[in-house]
Amino acid sequence: MNIPDLKLKGAEIHRRDVLKGGAALATITLAPGVTLMAMGNGVAAAANPGVRWGLLIDAGKCPSDCSACVTACSDEHGWENNGLPTDPQWIRKVTLRDKETGYENTLPVMCQHCENPPCVDVCPTGASFKREDGIVLVDRHTCIGCRYCMMACPFKARSFLAESITDQKPYSPRGKGTVEGCNMCVHKLDRGDGTTACVEACKATGYNAMIFGDMNDPESDISKALASYPSIELRADLGLNLGVRYQNI
Amino acid sequence: MERIIYRELKSTPKVWGLLAVLAVFIAAAGAVVLYVEHYGHIVTGMDNQIVWGLPHVFAIFLIVAASGALNVASIGSVFGKVAYKPMARLSALLAIALLVGGLAVLVLDLGRPDRLIVTMTNFNFTSIFTWNILLYTGFMVIVAVYLFTQMARGLPSYAVKTAGLAAFIWRLILTTGTGSIFGWLVARQAYDAAIMAPLFIVMSFATGMAIFLLVVMGITRMTGRAFGPELRTRLARLLAIFIAALLYFTTVQHLTNLYAAEHWGIEAFILRDGGIYTFLFWGVQVLMGGFVPMAILFHPRLGKQAAMVVLSSFLVIAGGFAQLYVIVIGGQAYPLDIFPGYEISSSFADGVINSYTPSILELILGLGGVALALAITMIGMKFLRILPNSLSDANVTPKI
Repeated sequence: MNIPDLKLKGAEIHRRDVLKGGAALATITLAPGVTLMAMGNGVAAAANPGVRWGLLIDAGKCPSDCSACVTACSDEHGWENNGLPTDPQWIRKVTLRDKETGYENTLPVMCQHCENPPCVDVCPTGASFKREDGIVLVDRHTCIGCRYCMMACPFKARSFLAESITDQKPYSPRGKGTVEGCNMCVHKLDRGDGTTACVEACKATGYNAMIFGDMNDPESDISKALASYPSIELRADLGLNLGVRYQNI
Repeated sequence: MERIIYRELKSTPKVWGLLAVLAVFIAAAGAVVLYVEHYGHIVTGMDNQIVWGLPHVFAIFLIVAASGALNVASIGSVFGKVAYKPMARLSALLAIALLVGGLAVLVLDLGRPDRLIVTMTNFNFTSIFTWNILLYTGFMVIVAVYLFTQMARGLPSYAVKTAGLAAFIWRLILTTGTGSIFGWLVARQAYDAAIMAPLFIVMSFATGMAIFLLVVMGITRMTGRAFGPELRTRLARLLAIFIAALLYFTTVQHLTNLYAAEHWGIEAFILRDGGIYTFLFWGVQVLMGGFVPMAILFHPRLGKQAAMVVLSSFLVIAGGFAQLYVIVIGGQAYPLDIFPGYEISSSFADGVINSYTPSILELILGLGGVALALAITMIGMKFLRILPNSLSDANVTPKI
């Protein structure tokens, strides 16, 4: 029997390719009756290296009694925080109080989608990775649950799923024993929504404290806002070049 | 002067009895692993704030001590101290056994221990964990070769020396890797310090030597083989010097932090306000695990008493364990400084001291790692010619 050459290049099932390609399917024959199916080649790549997705959050427009972004994320991705220390939290409202002046304001904190993410550096298997469009993700198939990324993240943006879950959202897979966090609604971006659940919810409240867009596109709303008003990134001293920026802290 | 003759342990009820006790601990740890894997880490004391808990303290302690357990062999092979050579085989075996015990705990606490194969097939070379996978497996191979060169007949003497030198260099790199797990974490106030690597190396010298002393004293007593008081006192003196070095590095670590205002928060937490962590630091690490055993072992009379050497070794182990507990858990208990200059609060424990109560499951898993290390050592000595018939001073001292 003549067994075909087992060259897998271009056909390996790799999450990055899967995410890039959406629904495209490629199939190679390993042996008669045995096929290796790979998704992700052929369709226009969703992760465009020319794009840097980003968020701009105006703390001045974010009222302390509103947590619409948190609720929207929880609903979109199916995580729940009931106040237990083992509960996951992909996005949270943080209250800041100036130690000297007592001035208070609130803002949402989530994965900051660093250009130089410490979580990606420390991940032993490469499960923590950055897409070409700047989104930092966890590949649930290669995450071994070592939690080194959680130790390395300066923003406490990641959670460890400590128990079994049911009723997962098919577009946002989660798994007991693996690490998870904000994925910038990558499923929405890849299907062309051009926004995230938290930003949509913020907009719906009328506060408009969050702007989402391509920071590489000078014509995008986020780029214009960033160019017009002062903004900061958290822990700028670490030199991570974050994808999330804040105003009026 | 007698020749050094290495002999396997005899099959005595004591040997098998000890192995049976260790097997119970190992089996209990195995049951814990299955239980935690089934229910998830929700049943442990670890959570999203304290992500590394008691199992990691056990694992890192054993891995650090593994490197230190090789001290005696290195002193013999690399630094040419003949008196230590008869103990070199046990030193090498113990080093491998402790590393296996520590790695087992680390691996079995993973969220997905079933995916261990993934760590062997997907490498990310910017990760210190990845380096450590290579460093740990490399250490086992090199020390095993080193052990082989010592035990094989007819090998030239440079073979032992070369293998010993390779193992010595490797263990320094290995513990640098272990310390750098924390030293290179920029995110947390308690870490991000280059001194972590040498601190861990010195910690390995002290804890590894303490464990070696206890093992060699225990096994010679159990099997009725001699262990000369002069030899014991030498090892004990060396342990005292290692304790002094560890105290020195610890002092520099904290003085450096105290000089910079940005670190005052974490230093005040560990040194003054941290409750259990402050107690563990001053009471167990510095006093009971540092000054007390150092004073005993340097004392001209006390340092020569076997019971005092045993006590001091246990104290050093307790001190080293406390030190790692303070570093690993205390470092996470102190909140991240995401917004310097602000007091912060949230529904995700921002700005608060995180509490941690280890579960009995984590303790059983950790003790299982210790039991595994001891069981491997026992089995090694039972079936291989590791332990000399006698380590009496008559055999050893004249060769110096």
